[in-house]
Formats: sequence, structure tokens, C-alpha cells
Amino acid sequence: MAGLHKSDVKNPVLNWIDTRLPIITMMNKEYAVFPTPKNFNYFWNFGALATVALMLMIVTGVFLAMNYTPDGGMAFDSVERIMRDVNYGWLLRYAHANGASMFFMVVYIHIFRGLYYGSYKTPRELLWMLGVVILLLMMATAFMGYVLPWGQMSFWGATVITNLFSAFPIVGGPIVTWLWGGFAVGDPTLHRFFSLHYLLPFVILAVVFLHVAALHITGSNNPLGIDVKSPQDTLPFHPYYTVKDSVGLCVFLMVWAGFVFFAPNFFGDPDNYIQANPLQTPSEIVPEWYLLPFYAILRSVPNKLGGVCMMFGAILVLFVLPWLDTSPVRSAKFRPLYRIFFWVLAVACVALAAVGAHRPEGLWVVLGRVATTYYFLHFLVILPLLGKIERPLPLPESISQPVVPRGGGPLPTAATAKPMEKP
Amino acid sequence: MSATAPTHDHGHGPELAGGKRDFLKLVASAGAVIAIGAIAWPLIDSMNPAADVLALSSIEVDLTPIVAGSGITVAWRGKPVFVRHRTDKEIKEAQDVPLGQLIEPEADSARVKAGHDQWIIVIGICTHLGCIPLGNKPTDPRGDWGGWFCPCHGSQYDTSGRVRHGPAPLNLTLPPYAFETDTKIKVG
Repeated sequence: MAGLHKSDVKNPVLNWIDTRLPIITMMNKEYAVFPTPKNFNYFWNFGALATVALMLMIVTGVFLAMNYTPDGGMAFDSVERIMRDVNYGWLLRYAHANGASMFFMVVYIHIFRGLYYGSYKTPRELLWMLGVVILLLMMATAFMGYVLPWGQMSFWGATVITNLFSAFPIVGGPIVTWLWGGFAVGDPTLHRFFSLHYLLPFVILAVVFLHVAALHITGSNNPLGIDVKSPQDTLPFHPYYTVKDSVGLCVFLMVWAGFVFFAPNFFGDPDNYIQANPLQTPSEIVPEWYLLPFYAILRSVPNKLGGVCMMFGAILVLFVLPWLDTSPVRSAKFRPLYRIFFWVLAVACVALAAVGAHRPEGLWVVLGRVATTYYFLHFLVILPLLGKIERPLPLPESISQPVVPRGGGPLPTAATAKPMEKP
Repeated sequence: MSATAPTHDHGHGPELAGGKRDFLKLVASAGAVIAIGAIAWPLIDSMNPAADVLALSSIEVDLTPIVAGSGITVAWRGKPVFVRHRTDKEIKEAQDVPLGQLIEPEADSARVKAGHDQWIIVIGICTHLGCIPLGNKPTDPRGDWGGWFCPCHGSQYDTSGRVRHGPAPLNLTLPPYAFETDTKIKVG
């Protein structure tokens, strides 16, 4: 029904705006008084950290684009010009390049947080699936961004990844030619990658908006994995979690700054400081660390099409995870068996990353195959069976129950909380 | 821990000034503002001229091909610079005009290098809205004062590059330059 919003904002100008576009009321409802489970630990910082990382990536990227030239003959030199001549260009580029790693770091922790505490389970399936969409978009964006400096790793990374599509029978060849805009990775490829690298972050931003919107319908999960039962189980988001997120943000920015100022090329490959040469492949092609596990899965399968399918399957399986996990208990805190398998999965992922960083020889091949097998077993076999076999520990009655002993005083709650009185 | 605080809007309530909470808020907000400023400044400064742009800021000009009565246009920092070889008549006109008649009074001697009266060197950008005035070639319109004429809004400059007829408010700007020899200058 159409009609003006009845705003209770005091300031007359803001009230005038809020009456016509209740954005202040909305922000207050969703970010200030928003009832949030009161038992969050610091793992619940990482969604906010990822949002900040996305914003900083967009901002530094927009300013880098002012000095970057997406041309096969000029791209490499324009990046060097940014490093040497543009005021603070080195800072922008190092913040952006390391920012990709920082962004993936917090997103991977965010994902494993979700896996450990069962955040993907009903009613948060769609929330989780939107998150997987964000991960896919991030991978595409990061890959194309890595191509832009037009060094040797850029060029040959682009060649290898685009050639993945050649695995598909019949259509593979034409698809790859279409992706390249030519018969090899070249200037047309660079131009379109730049265009898409500029576009996709804003698509990510839109999906993040949907992700957060869905979160605010279902409400947050929490370390106990049980539903909020009463206002006593919650705190208003502000100031409790704005402050908690700020603490995490300070640490996060310090780590980021640590890499930018003290080890700016820690995640980089020295080969990428050699200009792209279409006639010579570097001795070892290694993707950025955040793509290593998937790269390892690709190489573990001794069949071209099979490897490509398994690699994409490793992400696609996450879409159906809410239905593969048959246990109604969310938090691993109350799932003694799942907890073990969770850590095996974590180790398998780290092992895959290590495998991806090494030449596929000897023991690394074996390790890669074992870890790949476990990865798929975990999701496709263990999780469906575990829900039927496992005997979960007794769940607490409510979030307040394990925190406040019987007879404990009332806590500030979202419904009634006001700023605490000064002493 | 008391949950019975009096009802008031957060941040707008009747909190006493100088309390611990006000202090914390002030420190946290100030810290956030400084941090945002520290992040914003490198972004803003990256839009200023880069080192390679600044490095292109001086050029040399050979004066020998320029015949008296005409001028040439050279590019300096991406801007046109007029280098004009004045005739004796033009020099005399520029020197003899009473300063009281000028919109921005300035003696001709202050606009040329001593001993090089025949060379007037100005930045060829109209001080009104940035167009390039005509008048280097003897066949160009030069306005009533024989210097330059801006086709955009009709501003006129004399043979010393001083504005004589609006809407331009100021004389043509002088670039920094020096004579390396009698026939060669370095601009910038």
C-alpha cells in the first residue's frame, strides 16, 4: 500500500527525507537495534571484514584504473608507471594486489565458520547459496585482475585457465576462441578482461546486498547453532557488535598493512615482473594461493575433461550442501563425529593447496588424489550418512541458558535495550 | 549491570558533558576520521600530476626562424606558449601606453627580459575561459591593439599580451623562461 512513512526521526530535515524514503528508519532497524544472538565469537567478524575488503578493493581499483592502460603493448609499462611515477601508485597497487589475498582469506574463514557451525542449514540455505555465488564471482574477478599487469604469469595463467573450456567436446574449441577474441590470449582478451574486472565487483556488491538482505530475514546463526528463543537471547547490533566488529577490523587492517608495507610481494610471483611473452612459458605456472586447492583437484584427475568437471564440481557441490548434510543439529560443538570430519576436511583443503603449489610429481600426485577423494567423499558420502549415524550431544535449552546460570539477572536485550546508564 | 536506564534516544539523550562515554566516543570518532583521512589522501593525491608528467615540464625553443612581426606556438606542459618577434613599432606601442589605461596595469619592461625587448613570450590561454587567442600570424585578426584577439568572447590583448578589452580580467600569463643564448630560450 502506498503512503508516507510515519518517521520518528527528530531532526526536521532528516524527518522530511525519512517520511518519503524511510532509509534512516531502515538503517536503524537493520543495523542499530537489529536483534543479534548475544553469544557471537570473533568468527562472526568475518562477514563484516569481507564487506570492508570489497569496498577497499573497489575504491583502490577505481583509482588504479585512472592510470592503467588495458592494451597489450602498454599494460605492463602502465603498471610500472603506476609503481614509479604516480603519486602513491605503489601504495594503491600493493593495497589492491594484497587486498585480493586478504579478501579471500577472510572469505575462506567466513566459509569454514559456516561449515563448522552449520550456518548453511535450514532456514539459511539460500543465504548460503548466495554466498557460493559470491565466491564464484570473486574467483572470476580475481583471475581476470591477475591478468591485467600483463606479466608472464598473467599471460600464461590466462592461457591455462581459458584453455580449461577446451576440454568440452565439440564446443570447446569455438568457446575458447570466443573467450580470447582471437587465436591466442592477446590484446582483445586483455581489453575484455579489464572491462569485466571493472564490472564484476559491482555484481558482487549486488549479490552481497542480497546475501545481507537474506541474513536479515533469517537472522544470524550463532556458535551454539540453536534458534533465538526470546529477546533475552539477543543484543542490539549497535553498539555491541559494531564495537566487536571494529576491534576485528583494526586487527584485519593491521595485517593487511603489514603485508602492504613490509612484504608487498609475499603473495606475488617474481615471473609476473617479466613482460608477457607469447612465445615462452615460464618453467612453473602457479596460480595465486587462493585458487591452489582447485588447481590441485584439476591436476589430480588424469583426464582433461574429468579434471575440469571435478574442479567446477568442487564448488558446485557447495550449492547442494544444505541438502547433503542430513543432521538437524547445526553447531559442530554438539556433533562429536562431524567435528572430526570437519577438521579432516580442513586439513585436506590445506593439503590440496600445498599440492597445487608443487610440481605434480611423486608423492604430491598421491597426496593430491587422496585429498581430492576425501573432499568429495566428505560432501557426497560422509555428510549424508553422518546425520543418520551420529548421536549429537544434548542441546542447551536456549542461548541464555548456558551463559546465565539459573536465577541470573536480566541482560540488556534488543527489544528493550537502551544505552546503559553511566555510573 | 542495570537494564533500567531511563528512556532516551541513543546519542541525543541528556548525557552530561565530559563523561567517560563522551570521551570514548570522541576518541573513537576522531580516530576513525583520521584513519579515513589517511586512507583517502593517497587516493586523492594519486590524481595529481605524476612524476613523469612533471618531468616533461621544460622545453627549448630555437628563435632564429621567427621573423619580425609574427610568432609561433609551442607546447609546454600541454599548454600553448606564444613566442612572438615584435617589430620596433609594436615594441614602442607596448612601452608608450600609459599604465592608467590598462585593465591590469603592468609595464612592458616587466613582461620581457631586459635586452630582449623584441621577444614577448606568454602562455597562449585567454584569461577569460581558456580559449587560445588568434594573432601569431600577421594575417590573423589581432584586435584594435595589434596583439591577440580571442575568438570565443572577443577579448583583446596588446603587443605585450596585456588585456585591453574584456571580458578577460587579466593579462596573458608569463611562463618561467630564460635566454640560453640570444637565439634560444628554455621554457620551464
